[in-house]
Amino acid sequence: MSVSKEQVKHIANLARLKLSDEELEKYTNSLSDIVDFAESLNEVDVSNVEPTAHILKIQNVFRKDELKESFDREELFKNAPTKESGCISVPKVVE
Amino acid sequence: MKNYEVVIGLEVHAELSTKTKMYCGCSAAFGSDPNTHCCPICTGMPGVLPVLNGKAVEYAVKAGLATNCEIARFSKQDRKNYFYPDLPKAYQTSQYDLPLCKNGYIEFKVGDTQKRVGITRIHIEEDAGKLIHDAYTGDTLVDMNRCAVPLIEIVSEPDMRSAEEAINYMQTLKSILEYLEISDCKMQEGSLRCDVNLSIRPIGQKEFGTRTETKNLNSFKSIQRAIEFEIQRQIDEIEAGRQIFQETRRWDDDKGYGYAMRSKEDAHDYRYFPEPDLAPIVLSDEYINEIKKELPEMPHIKKQRYMSEFNLPEYDSEQITSSKEVAGYFEKAVSICNNPKAVANWIMGDFAKMLNESDITVNESKILPENLAKLIMLTDNQTISSAIAKKVFIDMFETGKNAQDIVNEKGLVQITDEGAIKQIVERIVSENAQSVADYKAGKDKAIGFLVGQIMKESKGKANPQVVNKLLLEVLNK
Ligand SMILES: [Zn+2]
Repeated sequence: MSVSKEQVKHIANLARLKLSDEELEKYTNSLSDIVDFAESLNEVDVSNVEPTAHILKIQNVFRKDELKESFDREELFKNAPTKESGCISVPKVVE
Repeated sequence: MKNYEVVIGLEVHAELSTKTKMYCGCSAAFGSDPNTHCCPICTGMPGVLPVLNGKAVEYAVKAGLATNCEIARFSKQDRKNYFYPDLPKAYQTSQYDLPLCKNGYIEFKVGDTQKRVGITRIHIEEDAGKLIHDAYTGDTLVDMNRCAVPLIEIVSEPDMRSAEEAINYMQTLKSILEYLEISDCKMQEGSLRCDVNLSIRPIGQKEFGTRTETKNLNSFKSIQRAIEFEIQRQIDEIEAGRQIFQETRRWDDDKGYGYAMRSKEDAHDYRYFPEPDLAPIVLSDEYINEIKKELPEMPHIKKQRYMSEFNLPEYDSEQITSSKEVAGYFEKAVSICNNPKAVANWIMGDFAKMLNESDITVNESKILPENLAKLIMLTDNQTISSAIAKKVFIDMFETGKNAQDIVNEKGLVQITDEGAIKQIVERIVSENAQSVADYKAGKDKAIGFLVGQIMKESKGKANPQVVNKLLLEVLNK
């Protein structure tokens, strides 16, 4: 098993997902399968390949600092379930 | 504090004064109706493509050059993942292992000694939105106008050893950013704020103690107080035989109290990875040299120039050049009245006090630099006395009228006519026999009283030198 239950628990916690014991079992297996599959990339000889920060051969894609019209607020928040005073309303965030 | 040394490093966030946000054309201006500076890109809608604002890169490079950093020829952006309602994308686009600038330093005075603080790195990243507590429903309201406003984060080395050094560092940094005109540095609006990393260790110990991080301080006063509080707290913990935990803390400036934040167990597990939607940043020597050429005269250079060109004392030069706005005001006034020391005295004295009381800056005041210069010229050519000048100044500050008009309207022109002054002197002397007797008995204080009476009688308009001269003549007759 290349992924441990503990790792899955930790990742689930970071992703704010609550997993049952059953699900934990299931995802540990399937995530391990995925990682194992990805591991097969290690068989490729990359000794002559430069490490890259981006998959495309592009650089310096810049935008001019020019104002564009923003979106209509109503339009933008069409899919927000709860709105109040021009804002999206969410359950209280405890600091 | 005798037995401990404090070790401080600062992470300073400065919002860049670009017109638009980091990855979209929405306005980056402060203080508009909630969620009116938003679009699908800055609110993290799926499927959008961000494009980096070139101005933000330019500004960050300026900051790097002005703080003696190496500018990266190759740099990239990364995603910093965490969940919070003020971050609609659920990741902040930042820079992880290849920041735009690194290995710099700034220098400043602490008391009489020159202090150098290392700059570990400066990177670009985006700001988060604002959360507002809705007192009516008890819910939290999300305003995304600040989402993706461009920021630079300036990380210092743990080189500071006191609250005073940290404050001076912050002031120096603020003045550098203001000079570069890359951030408006309005701390009360949150466009300049800092996190304080602090630990203590017994004097002589080499290893650092465990550090805490106090987040989001946005005034010099709160930085100072939060540091003092945290030093004392750590000393108390250690003296009581307890351990310091590495934790994130908040400072409540109203209560004067710092406390540890909850839910720290996942802290610092941000799962950084390269941002696939944004291309690497590759800067040429030409690009960097071009920016270097545009850098303005920096505060420490300007200070030296004020000392040599205007003959100002070091203290005055330091005070005036610490703000670009004040320095600009100063130079404008001096170019008209050609009396640098007088301009400096006004700016650092009464003017500073009144600005402070009204909580405005020099350029926000009603007194234009040319008006201050006029006032100084009226004093220099003896049209008004310096005592009257102070009154005229208050009037100017309140009404914005020019000095000459106030002097004319209120008839404040100084009396230098010896005949007229002598009449007043003789009358006061004859009305105050006791003081005259005191003076003759060797009590020099009596002179001050008599001068005061004469000035009062002349409504402050008599030339003080002439008054002194004539009074002594009359008394010693
Ligand atoms: Zn936008």
